[in-house]
Amino acid sequence: MANPSSDSIDVTYVADLARLKLSAEETATFQKQLGDVLGYVSQLKEVDVSKVSLLGDADLENRLRTDEVRASLPVAEALANAPKQENNLFVVPKIVE
Amino acid sequence: METTSLTIPELRQKLSSGAIRPREVVDQLAARIAAVDPKVKAYLHVDAEKARAAADSANPALPLGGVPIAVKDVINVKGDPCTCASKILEGYVAPYDATVIAKLREAGAILFGRTNMDEFAMGSSTENSSWGPTHNPWDLDRIPGGSSGGSAAAVAGHEAFVALWTDTGGSIRQPAALCSCVGLKPTYGRVSRYGLTAFASSLDQIGTFSKTVEEAALLLEIIAGHDTRDNTSVNRSVPKYAASLGMGVKGLRLGVPKEYFIAGIDPEVEKAVRAAIDAYRGQGAEIVEVSLPHTQYAVAVYYIIATAEASANLARFDGVRYGRRAKNPKDILDLYRRTRAEGFGAEVKRRIILGTYVLSSGYYDAYYNRAQKVRHLIADDFRQAFKKCDALLTPTSPTPAFKLGERTQDPLQMYLADIFTIAVNLAGICGVSIPCGFTSGKLPIGLQIIGPKWGEETMLRVAHAYEQATPWHKEKPPL
Repeated sequence: MANPSSDSIDVTYVADLARLKLSAEETATFQKQLGDVLGYVSQLKEVDVSKVSLLGDADLENRLRTDEVRASLPVAEALANAPKQENNLFVVPKIVE
Repeated sequence: METTSLTIPELRQKLSSGAIRPREVVDQLAARIAAVDPKVKAYLHVDAEKARAAADSANPALPLGGVPIAVKDVINVKGDPCTCASKILEGYVAPYDATVIAKLREAGAILFGRTNMDEFAMGSSTENSSWGPTHNPWDLDRIPGGSSGGSAAAVAGHEAFVALWTDTGGSIRQPAALCSCVGLKPTYGRVSRYGLTAFASSLDQIGTFSKTVEEAALLLEIIAGHDTRDNTSVNRSVPKYAASLGMGVKGLRLGVPKEYFIAGIDPEVEKAVRAAIDAYRGQGAEIVEVSLPHTQYAVAVYYIIATAEASANLARFDGVRYGRRAKNPKDILDLYRRTRAEGFGAEVKRRIILGTYVLSSGYYDAYYNRAQKVRHLIADDFRQAFKKCDALLTPTSPTPAFKLGERTQDPLQMYLADIFTIAVNLAGICGVSIPCGFTSGKLPIGLQIIGPKWGEETMLRVAHAYEQATPWHKEKPPL
């Protein structure tokens, strides 16, 4: 298990995982602010959770239904908000050359 | 006849007797908004013409026939914008109705206006809206609370009769307290979340803002219930919540958790809440002290779980299927990175990064899994407390409304504004904030009443008993 400390977050690396481009200024600000927040949440280390199950006592049950075709959003409406579309498809930049 | 100050039952009576027509009600509301909203800035979008057309075909015989209702800009209403106060959804038009919206339409309501909020409901002051902050109707230099600040300000400023909102960590109750209205967060699973743009799926719940407890009860009856489109909504009958109001609190046991009266709470807030507790004792309730020993960890748990869930939920905003897309991307990664950089505001970015971090390899056990376990301990604290009492009484917010800009540079201070409301979301139980007085500077103070899972009937009955015995809910801000 990693041993988190208040300065262990690498904002540039995590922002890349989250597909977020940050300016140098944002990176510096977030590094400081998130360090403070992680310092604050590190108080959870003092709680004894050795007897607690990860799932708790969730009282929800699986809900099963028959697999049948139902009315859904027409293609034209589903595409209506797309920034770019063609031939009933979303268009994105080329991924494979 | 002036109608904007009426409650829903009063308005319904005037509509069904024909004393006023639905169109006149819409006209008066539009006029009130035109007069005060340039100062308050509660609304992001108002389509009065559409509302007038709906008013002309309204059926006053229906439970909400002809009653205009405002909706937070995070719930999808077919044909309306739904931006979540984010630039990433600028220009988005909802292609379908959320289940709660379909239910309101069926009940005859007129959907009127979209209210301002913190971007993607992330914030406690409505200052994180991409379209600028909402102002507190009681003091325009102060925040209305958040994230549902626009809704609370609209109801408090009589720019809306009632409003539909969401509550993830206190987003209904905290602004209700700061604006002097009634904010109800139902039990997790009571109301369908289908059509609500997700922030933190295990915490989000749709609720109501209103001037009175009776209105909250009437609205909950309409929006609650199982929905096959939301598998976390629970198949359980919906009580007639309004029917048990008026039964008083004699014989009920009301718990006061000692951990909610801590150093740092504003003395005037504490005094008002203690006076409310005394008022309940005077009405025949038995007041018992209880303990919720893990209270101090709630904010830390919340900012791990809520950001983790948000980082996953907001991955869908990638510039491909809806909303903004960055111009001239050089490849798909550039498209994702720049679209999200341009579209999200600072607080949303901050939370996505924190959430991604606490779920990342090497850290999820130390942060996310540990937070989940402490969350179960918090839920268990409430289960133990409710063995000794029927409902809990606490302050809703440790302080009255703070000034605009006061906490924007210090996210941690901002997060602590939710210290008394967050545990209710973590435990999945219900809570309501009702007005319980004003500070010497005439800023509203809220009393939070917390009920166990499915405890809305008793909780609302407790809220109603205090409301009916006090004058606070009748006061109107000096706009």
